[in-house]
Amino acid sequence: MPDPTRIDCDIHNEVPNLETLYPYLPDHWLDYCRESAFNGPDAADYPESVPTAAREGSSAKPDLAEVRSCALRDVEIGILNCAYRVQSVRNEDLAASLATAVNQWQVEHWLEKEPRLRASIVAPSHNPALAAREIERWGDHPGFVQVILPVRAEAPYGNRRYDPIYAAAVKRDLAIGIHYGGAPGHPPTPTGWPSYFIEDYTGMAQVFQSQVISLVCEGAFERFPTLRVALIEGGFTWLPSLMWRIDKEWKGLRHNTPYVRRPPSEYMRAHLRLTIQPLDAPPNPLHLAQILDQCGAEDLLLYASDYPHCHDVQEFLLDLLTADQREKICSANARAFYRL
Amino acid sequence: MSAQFDSTASVESGQKTKDQTNGHGANRPASSVQQAPRYRAPLDTAIIDTDIHIYFPTPDALRSYLDEKWQDYHRTFGQRGFDGSHYPRAMPNAARHDAWPDDGTPPGSNLPLMQRQLLDEWSIEVGVLNPLVGAGEQRNLAFGAAFARATNEWQLAEWLDPEPRLRASIIVPWEDGELSAAEIDRWGSHPGFVHALLIARTKEPLGRRKYWPMYEAACRHDLPIAIHFGGAAGVPITGSGYPNHYIEDHGGMPQTFQAQVISLIFEGVLQQFPTLKFVLIEGGFAWIPPMLWRMDSAWRKLGSEVPHVTEPPSQLFRRHFWVSTQPMEEPFRPEQFRQLLGQLDLDDRLLFATDYPHWDFDAPDRAFPVPLDKERRRKFMAENARLLYKL
Repeated sequence: MPDPTRIDCDIHNEVPNLETLYPYLPDHWLDYCRESAFNGPDAADYPESVPTAAREGSSAKPDLAEVRSCALRDVEIGILNCAYRVQSVRNEDLAASLATAVNQWQVEHWLEKEPRLRASIVAPSHNPALAAREIERWGDHPGFVQVILPVRAEAPYGNRRYDPIYAAAVKRDLAIGIHYGGAPGHPPTPTGWPSYFIEDYTGMAQVFQSQVISLVCEGAFERFPTLRVALIEGGFTWLPSLMWRIDKEWKGLRHNTPYVRRPPSEYMRAHLRLTIQPLDAPPNPLHLAQILDQCGAEDLLLYASDYPHCHDVQEFLLDLLTADQREKICSANARAFYRL
Repeated sequence: MSAQFDSTASVESGQKTKDQTNGHGANRPASSVQQAPRYRAPLDTAIIDTDIHIYFPTPDALRSYLDEKWQDYHRTFGQRGFDGSHYPRAMPNAARHDAWPDDGTPPGSNLPLMQRQLLDEWSIEVGVLNPLVGAGEQRNLAFGAAFARATNEWQLAEWLDPEPRLRASIIVPWEDGELSAAEIDRWGSHPGFVHALLIARTKEPLGRRKYWPMYEAACRHDLPIAIHFGGAAGVPITGSGYPNHYIEDHGGMPQTFQAQVISLIFEGVLQQFPTLKFVLIEGGFAWIPPMLWRMDSAWRKLGSEVPHVTEPPSQLFRRHFWVSTQPMEEPFRPEQFRQLLGQLDLDDRLLFATDYPHWDFDAPDRAFPVPLDKERRRKFMAENARLLYKL
């Protein structure tokens, strides 16, 4: 079977260091950064040298040349997800200026130099009003196709406090990308702080599940019927179990949330897309085929390499698909979702 | 059984919605989830109910099991836990409407009513009591220990002595490993107690070392540790803050169970205590296969951080964990439920539970959404629990 066109929905362009942003910071913050010991956001949600952070021959913070030669090989369009955690900077004004600097850097160093790339707007989402301003600043730039939010935040994303972000995104026809990570200050689990990184990493899938519940049950998709949300780097094999559970909850408890008018799984199918890496696949391909069928995955999944992170071989999934399904997952779903 | 939760009935009858919408207006749901009449299973096996809730009928009933010092304390300061995460339940006391005793005491506090509505009605052979009365969540740990001991004495005196079909849980002040170990040692050889009971939302993940003395004591007595739905730990109930609604609290509990399993496995508890057994109660189970796949995948790549974990997490899970059935996820199509059972590969580990007297009660003939073969019915409805609890 010839390889279909691929749109890669998760390539990382990390900011090498704080100095990279100096040319884009206002004088006040430039002085502040130079005079203080501030080194940039201190989120420890993905240590740079853990075995999953980079695949063989790649670096944890690839530059444009590396992305071109490795990630963009055989790829029609690549979507950059910069995970610079401005949300973990408590000073919201500094966070906002950092976000602007990151976005300016993305335009100059990535988008203007490589026409196959698209990027995600970094925004200080812990202050939704400032975040909306940042979205408005860049929303008309054709290179930006989504707003990236870390999956861990101070409140779940269905909360109405985030409405200014969604209003700004919807107005510019931008997607929201919820991505692995974040450092909001409270524990990463509902039962306190685990000891090991492997627990944070594995447990991140539960935070994605909580966000799906929140977005649906707090009515975000009723308030913003055109809102589109990509779940990036959180796995997808858990989706059928979550659909079943929340549909059942809704049958018993929907008087609690009367604005949720349809079964929760219908909102999930209509508004969510999920990237395929990490696969978190079962060892038995039959079980993976069952999962794909149970949630209607051919319309929901977005091809992604998660470059430079090191994950499972994606052919394990792609080989289960028909030519039509491969085409959808490898490019057509992303083309429609990101308006490419 | 008219007042019990019936998913078919509640989807199709929108009539109650209007009074309860706080002015949002009632919108009848789309018809896409309307179902055929719900499948009813034959009641041709023994039934062991692994999740029954009992409560003190009055504060004085609890105090009568406390010594004088703690009686005064309880009268003066009451029960002080980790507040700030209360989601008003859908129903008063989260109970079935028909489970309120005539005298106005809480559901689950009246033995004759429970015998009639549950044990006799459904011919339950053995029922396991899981009292969720708050002893483990007291910030005053010494009071929590006294409260736990009182709860254990109360279970024996007022439930197990008069009703031989019942078994009890050892209630422990779980945030203190040593006090919990002492309570397990106090009751561990009594045949009426079948496990020690914890709650899902503990202050720290249950793999942390502060909890280990409790596990050591459980191993001494070959008693399983049960982890039940619920709790308030003083931290947000998701990894991303506090949601707004009870449906998110109730529907989000599987995320807490996943966090606890991840912790127990990756922090090395099962390697340290190779005979320890865990029972996950009221967490559902469809989340288990994808969680195990993710854990195995993470362990293959990141296992160097946890060298004490010497075999795949899925293998450890299937050896050390049992899971109760209620509330079980309901797939869109019947064959998907069978696919789920195949992915789970836990036919010897599922334990039937009703959750009496709570609103989401599972009746023995309607718990499973699809027909199961007789062998699976026997195992799930009673035989797995009989082996685990040595009944």
